[in-house]
Amino acid sequence: MSVRRLAKDQPASFAFAPETLALANWWIGKYPAGRQRSAVIPILWLVQKQDGWVSEPAIRAIAAMLNMDVIRVLEVATFYTMFQLEPVGRKALIQVCGTTPCQLRGSLELMAVCKDKIGAKDHLSADGDFTWQEVECLGACVNAPMAQINDYYYEDLTPESLAKIIDDFRAGSAPKPGSYAGRHTSEPEGGALTLTDPALYDGKAGKPIKSLPNLPKPEPAA
Amino acid sequence: MVGILEDKDRIFTNLYGFQDWRLEAAKKRGCWNAVKDMLSAGGPWIIDQIKNSGLRGRGGAGFGTGLKWSFMPKVVGDRPHYLVVNADESEPGTCKDREIMRHDPHLLIEGCLIASFAMQAHVCYVYIRGEYVREREVLEEAVREAYAAKLIGKDNIHGWDFDLYVHHGAGAYICGEETALLESLEGKKGQPRLKPPFPANSGIYGCPTTVNNVESIAVAGTILRRGADWFAGFGRPNNTGTKLMCISGHVNRPCNVEEVMSIPLKQLLEEHCGGVRGGWGNLKAVIPGGSSVPMIPIDQCETALMDFDSLRELKSGLGTAAVIVMDKSTDLVRAITRLAYFYKHESCGQCTPCREGTGWMWRVLERMCKGEADMAEIDMLLEVTTQVEGHTICALGDAAAWPIQGLIRHFRSEIEDRIHHYRAGKPHVQGSALIAAE
Repeated sequence: MSVRRLAKDQPASFAFAPETLALANWWIGKYPAGRQRSAVIPILWLVQKQDGWVSEPAIRAIAAMLNMDVIRVLEVATFYTMFQLEPVGRKALIQVCGTTPCQLRGSLELMAVCKDKIGAKDHLSADGDFTWQEVECLGACVNAPMAQINDYYYEDLTPESLAKIIDDFRAGSAPKPGSYAGRHTSEPEGGALTLTDPALYDGKAGKPIKSLPNLPKPEPAA
Repeated sequence: MVGILEDKDRIFTNLYGFQDWRLEAAKKRGCWNAVKDMLSAGGPWIIDQIKNSGLRGRGGAGFGTGLKWSFMPKVVGDRPHYLVVNADESEPGTCKDREIMRHDPHLLIEGCLIASFAMQAHVCYVYIRGEYVREREVLEEAVREAYAAKLIGKDNIHGWDFDLYVHHGAGAYICGEETALLESLEGKKGQPRLKPPFPANSGIYGCPTTVNNVESIAVAGTILRRGADWFAGFGRPNNTGTKLMCISGHVNRPCNVEEVMSIPLKQLLEEHCGGVRGGWGNLKAVIPGGSSVPMIPIDQCETALMDFDSLRELKSGLGTAAVIVMDKSTDLVRAITRLAYFYKHESCGQCTPCREGTGWMWRVLERMCKGEADMAEIDMLLEVTTQVEGHTICALGDAAAWPIQGLIRHFRSEIEDRIHHYRAGKPHVQGSALIAAE
């Protein structure tokens, strides 16, 4: 378990932005009547997108919106580790995957770069622009080592490419997510060895099928 | 040609995303083809076909998919039926469902409709892990396309009212456990439920529910189109079909690839991934099925087949077919310690053996990494793993225990060496020297 607590300094109040409110209602609409509580995780996420983190007044506001006890929202916010319970970097929240598949391919070096360029793990940098964290498996293991920066995945990183990405964020630009080893998504480096048959993509597979295999025999006419 | 499976027999023809994922392009690749005919043949026919294909759940446990579908009540009572798709892919080493959702989302949506129809469900939720933001954006857009084309929704062209909703989590590995996922989908902490009642009887909102992995659902359409016997023709009996495999770690070219079940592990690594870094002789151990299964050493890798039965004989498992390769440069104790930390971090805290045990095992392993431990503690650690294993509500306790058991089973000497050499090179006990000087 990870022990997580709310930040000491909390804002006085929270207000939903109109876009957040519209999206929250769209989420609530996905669940059966009376089950609006199901939307609590997506709405906490929306709030985090709006403010950058989840504050206590926001938790109270969500509880009121979904007709839940505050403690139930609080326990969800502290249970799920994607919710940032204190402010994070304005320009980038860098989450380096540290689990074994990434560790085998050099995530420790990536974390050394973060420490060097940003500062201590889990702390807002002095200028308030960056936070970096070590997180558990992000599910992009064949593109290890990788990091999630803000919303997207930056894959096949080296200490050099990550340093450049951090510099770019610092300069205010948004570096492109994806692989930094010059390969396309999860193909093997140097080009895909499979799915090279052009017949797969000539549209024949989309032509109507006369009869499915193994269909039940029609009843003999009486 | 590399590997065994030919391109013409691949289900995920856009695995790498070279093609367009959108509806029109997906239809050209065969998606949504003849779905109406499948539904006209009836739910029992669909379930029979899936049973005959031998498809076993692709989420790790390997339970027969068709059999699971048949557990749903035959008649819909006053509680509606639900299908829930488990897209909370978080098992270290595994990154296959991600490719389906961002590159072939329509295969998944098609499968959801077919499976829901077979189980008489009108509503399906896809629970995608929170970190997969891009994948969720693509999937939501694909769902919009399917609604707009009247493939799903009310009064769709398939004649079965069907709503599909994408839901997301927020970074909890445990929500990949089916009942924890249901709790999470209900807006609670992801803590697994006691079974029974099983989800097929009482799942989401207390209604009959089936939870399936993304890959199990996404292959359904193609199996029905090409025939159960076609799918069953790959692999060995009881281990049939094709499977997405993710190879990470110390190979020359890590990648995802769709291959036949029962492909020799060595062939998979050599042909698809350019071999082990530094050659086959440089291999030390492989975790063949995602972090939760025990590792196997090089001599077993020579003969292991990538299927449920072969790997079980080696006291490991196929899991999600996520192969983590470790060469001779790997500090195996460190690698497993990192996994132990993972399980400590992800334990939901509900059952004492897991909540306390995962932390205890991790702390002991941290000391063993440095050699700062007692020989007797190796057996004590092994003993504790057996105290956690099988004594928890869900399988996370087992998953935390197995990698450690695998380490001690095959590489006990590495830990022993480290303990032996801990004192070497360290200064003599300071106290005595000081006393002598006085």
